[in-house]
Amino acid sequence: MALLSKKDANLILDPLADNNPITIQVLGICSALAITAELKASVVMAISVLFVLAMGNVVISLMRNIIPSKIRIIVQLIVVAALVIIVDQVLKAYAYELSKTLSVFVGLIITNCIIMGRFEAFALANGPWKSFLDGIGNSLGYGIILIIVGFFRELLGSGTLFGFPVLGNPITKTGLYATGYENNGFMIIPPAALIVVGIIIWIQRSRNRALIEDN
Amino acid sequence: MAVNTDKNSYTVIFAAVMVVIVGTVLAFLASSLSDKIEENERLEKQQNILYAMGVNENEGEGSVSFIPTDKVAGEFTKYIKEQLIIEGDKITKDDQAYLIDLKRQATAAKNGDVRKLPLFIGDKDGSKFYIIPMRGKGLWDAIWGFVALNEQMVVQGVYFDHAGETPGLGANIKQRYFMDDFAGESILAGAQYLGIAVAKGNNDPLNKIKDDNEVDALAGATITGNGVSDMIRESVNLYKDYLETIRVK
Repeated sequence: MALLSKKDANLILDPLADNNPITIQVLGICSALAITAELKASVVMAISVLFVLAMGNVVISLMRNIIPSKIRIIVQLIVVAALVIIVDQVLKAYAYELSKTLSVFVGLIITNCIIMGRFEAFALANGPWKSFLDGIGNSLGYGIILIIVGFFRELLGSGTLFGFPVLGNPITKTGLYATGYENNGFMIIPPAALIVVGIIIWIQRSRNRALIEDN
Repeated sequence: MAVNTDKNSYTVIFAAVMVVIVGTVLAFLASSLSDKIEENERLEKQQNILYAMGVNENEGEGSVSFIPTDKVAGEFTKYIKEQLIIEGDKITKDDQAYLIDLKRQATAAKNGDVRKLPLFIGDKDGSKFYIIPMRGKGLWDAIWGFVALNEQMVVQGVYFDHAGETPGLGANIKQRYFMDDFAGESILAGAQYLGIAVAKGNNDPLNKIKDDNEVDALAGATITGNGVSDMIRESVNLYKDYLETIRVK
């Protein structure tokens, strides 16, 4: 990549796999469990986090030299809450339909530990451009896991993808359901996400043994 | 900058300045956008009321589309013939009744005041619709909606919405397949205003049985579903006296 130096490119690429926020850093687990019952919700959440994390990282990075370390957490919280509320209010005024879709995600974003985690671990110690890339990389890595989990949970739990039935109709028994296949109701509830994330972690670590901790 | 950011005085000043700046920005934004937001919410209420009585632009399975915002005001006056405010025994007409804040009325009732209950009478193709606004509690936050009844107290259509139910689970109360199940169900059991319960395992997923006061629940959204059941039962009971006067037995 000519656009980005190798170091900068790694800021984006690392969180996609070997330093993934969910499977390796264990950040953003709560929302990965809560809202992945449907693929659509996963995608919306992934995009929202992308915006907030990239913007928030830049703002925190610009402020990093003037934030008093004693109250840095609360400063970070105010920055992210203010950003999210501003976006929410502007959408409510000018794109009401879109804001209706996103409004349930507002609370989930403000309290998402991936946001605070990256502010604290990266943006407070690095310049704005690097922080921006870190925000993009981590939210993409987060988004990928959300979408994988959402895909399996919606497919196995409801037999649909993005709300479209792909396996037939479970009530009138058409398609795959004619053979006696049933939707797995367990996949709908949050513990199923924990198991899917666990399987992803398992696969990832068995492919790359360097990720396995010693103890 | 050679500022010692560890000093207490710096910390206090920083916090104060930050609060003032963020507060100013948010307050400015809220007051400058509030007119537009209120207008959007007003039109949305009209859209929701019309949706419940079947005036919408649904196309095909699964779509939930309202009358577009530029047309909704006209359609609202065309289909909604009367708006009533019921205060105890007193019934007044008021064409702004749809703007009544149900939450504020519930608080007023708790404080011992008489609650203002708005009710909308719609007319579509010669049939009458009595549309009741509802408000209740979901799992995380408020849920609300409208239910359109005919003179036999059979549901003609509903609209549900929520402030913060879990996407993919409780949030599905505003999906078409859930809302459509309510149409055709009676809110009466004998002479009792029972409402319609969102029931798990009612063995009727296609919702063919229309006289059981039940619709099939959403998987993984038990508490939101119970919230919907409670909301319908409590809301229709508030209007019980009025509904008795118009009911065709």
